[in-house]
Amino acid sequence: MESSARAFKENARAAVADPQLKRALSHVKEGFIGKRAKAAAKLPEFEVLRDAARDIKNHTLDHLDLYLEHYERKVTEAGGQVHWCPTAEDARRAVLEICRAAGARTVTKGKSMIAEEIALNDHLEANGITPVETDLGEYIIQLRGETPSHIIAPAVHLTKDLIEADFRAHHTALPPERPLSEPRQLVNEAREVLRDKYLAADVGITGANFLVAETGTSVIVTNEGNGDLTQVLPRVHIVVASLEKIVPTLEDVSTILRVLARSATGQECSTYTTFSTGPKRAEDPDGPDQYHVILLDNGRSSMLGGEFQDMLRCIRCGACMNHCPVYHAIGGHAYGWVYPGPMGAVLTPSLIGIEEAGHLPSASTFCGRCESVCPMRIPLPKMMRHWREREFERHLSPTGARAGLALWAFFAKRPALYHFVTGMAAPVLAALGRGRFRRLPLAGGWTAHRDMPAPEGRTFRQLWAGHRQGGSR
Amino acid sequence: MSEESPRVGLFVTCLVDLFRPTVGFAAVKLLEDADCTVEVPRAQTCCGQPAYNSGDRADARSIAAHTIAAFAGYDYVVAPSGSCAAMLSEHYPALFDDDPGLAAKAAELAGRTYELVSFLTDVRGVTGVEARFPGSVTYHDSCSGLRELGIKDQPRALLATVEGLTLAEHADAEICCGFGGTFCVKYPDISNRMVSAKADAVEGTGADTLLAGDLGCLLNMAGKLKRRGAKTSARHVAEVLAGMTEQPAIGESAEG
Repeated sequence: MESSARAFKENARAAVADPQLKRALSHVKEGFIGKRAKAAAKLPEFEVLRDAARDIKNHTLDHLDLYLEHYERKVTEAGGQVHWCPTAEDARRAVLEICRAAGARTVTKGKSMIAEEIALNDHLEANGITPVETDLGEYIIQLRGETPSHIIAPAVHLTKDLIEADFRAHHTALPPERPLSEPRQLVNEAREVLRDKYLAADVGITGANFLVAETGTSVIVTNEGNGDLTQVLPRVHIVVASLEKIVPTLEDVSTILRVLARSATGQECSTYTTFSTGPKRAEDPDGPDQYHVILLDNGRSSMLGGEFQDMLRCIRCGACMNHCPVYHAIGGHAYGWVYPGPMGAVLTPSLIGIEEAGHLPSASTFCGRCESVCPMRIPLPKMMRHWREREFERHLSPTGARAGLALWAFFAKRPALYHFVTGMAAPVLAALGRGRFRRLPLAGGWTAHRDMPAPEGRTFRQLWAGHRQGGSR
Repeated sequence: MSEESPRVGLFVTCLVDLFRPTVGFAAVKLLEDADCTVEVPRAQTCCGQPAYNSGDRADARSIAAHTIAAFAGYDYVVAPSGSCAAMLSEHYPALFDDDPGLAAKAAELAGRTYELVSFLTDVRGVTGVEARFPGSVTYHDSCSGLRELGIKDQPRALLATVEGLTLAEHADAEICCGFGGTFCVKYPDISNRMVSAKADAVEGTGADTLLAGDLGCLLNMAGKLKRRGAKTSARHVAEVLAGMTEQPAIGESAEG
């Protein structure tokens, strides 16, 4: 996917000025947070499960090569095929080759952020193959020519009025006077339209929430059942997944599943949790003839053993963005690439470079709410700070900000000088401000939106010296 | 020094020093009322967060090393700020992961550093204050204090003993106000959206006064409330607990 992360500031400015987006984003705040809190509170062992889930992934990442090789062996034994893809380009090529070999014209797709990462739909379309998104949110944004704005709720930036208008514009074969204002009506209509597509599809592409090394199984969790129809009905099933989706055993899957849905939607378990191992066997009543796994690296293996390895624990529940006040303010598109919110702020620079995505880890107040809800206990603020350190070391941060910081640090390291200067400044500012400033040179970012309270008068240091001579050393 | 009257080094914080000395004096009073001997080391400036959070690790380390030296030997180090206290107690040790000598000193400092209100309740066992503040207040939980230091009930417990004070909680008291240090000037549009939401919630309570334990957040929120012409005043929680509310509220002058 093309990035507009460099234009984050402009994207954010446009986003906060968009009243429709503000309305839509209020659902993120109201919907997800309370449900997660309730689900977590209901399960006494929730915090212990978070530890266990973290430990499983840490262990797996420490032995990733071993588990990946075992996984491939098991997939092969089950009659499937693993395609190792170091880059997005390799992954696109591999998918296209499989589709061509199957003579595919229509491809149905379950929800997959990896497919977004490798811009699969554009590639298929450019090669004469029609991809059809079957997840309702993905279907809606496909009609609109948009990308997901959230990793589990791709159309969360839209209100139902907009979706109704899109359906009326695209589903022209249906009676124009049909009622379509209720969410249920929208769901039913999408379901009806998609029904034929499932049957027409030659290839079904899904993502994977987990790849199980023990059995060579891919696991998807969904609430609409679209993933099941996508992977069972066509002749060929392609799983697109990144290599950190691996876990050792089915037991491990069940442990992590207990924190996944609760953290994501507040459900105890998603409506559908589907395990797929290889193509249809002789005794199976249905299933695909071919089973392929596109195993994508795309920069992840370079995160192993470094200060960003913890990010590879992420299970894409979306809790970090659901709880992020910055995400609530600007939505997902402003981040400019596939992954928004705090997890995107850490992952995106790893995958497309800090030169491109420097704003993302900078645009955080470090409020820490993301880390407090992350089921995998990923230290997101800490890793955002690591990115800022990389940026600073490489002189990528803005010159003005660096100069200001250097000047401040010069004084902060020299207490006597520091207190001399602040001691001079405070009374002057106090006299000028008389309470507060509506405008202040060099503080336009502050005073554009709020007043700047003025100092009381003399500094604490000055007053304390008068207050208690000899009381300090 | 006996534990009966521990020697406390006050980490004033750069914002309190420059903007609101009253908070520093309120802290001194509260600590002395809790049987502490308070000293203010001269060699302190700032905890180093502006450098640390901007990725300038070298300057952050250098400032941290100064602070560690300045506060050597005190029984406790107390700051009227969750954010600065957390910088000392949660982040200094990690700054010196390649310098075992300083890392040990940083860890030792971390072990005796506290935020003011939680120090009073959790370490000194203070259960009430003698102060009077008629009117309704609402309390903002600053992020670092809340999530890094677990400060939530402590200020409320002490505020409940202030004569005449009623607490009107605002929705989303735990949500960031959008200050974030340099964040608020680097990303003013986003920060403005966040502080506007906070101001809406605060004004929605009808409280006379907004309290919090961190001056950075308070400057941001008070600045927004004043810009909007809101009637709500803003003060540091220590001012109210110490009964030192003669000074005009943050961003206000004697003339109003």
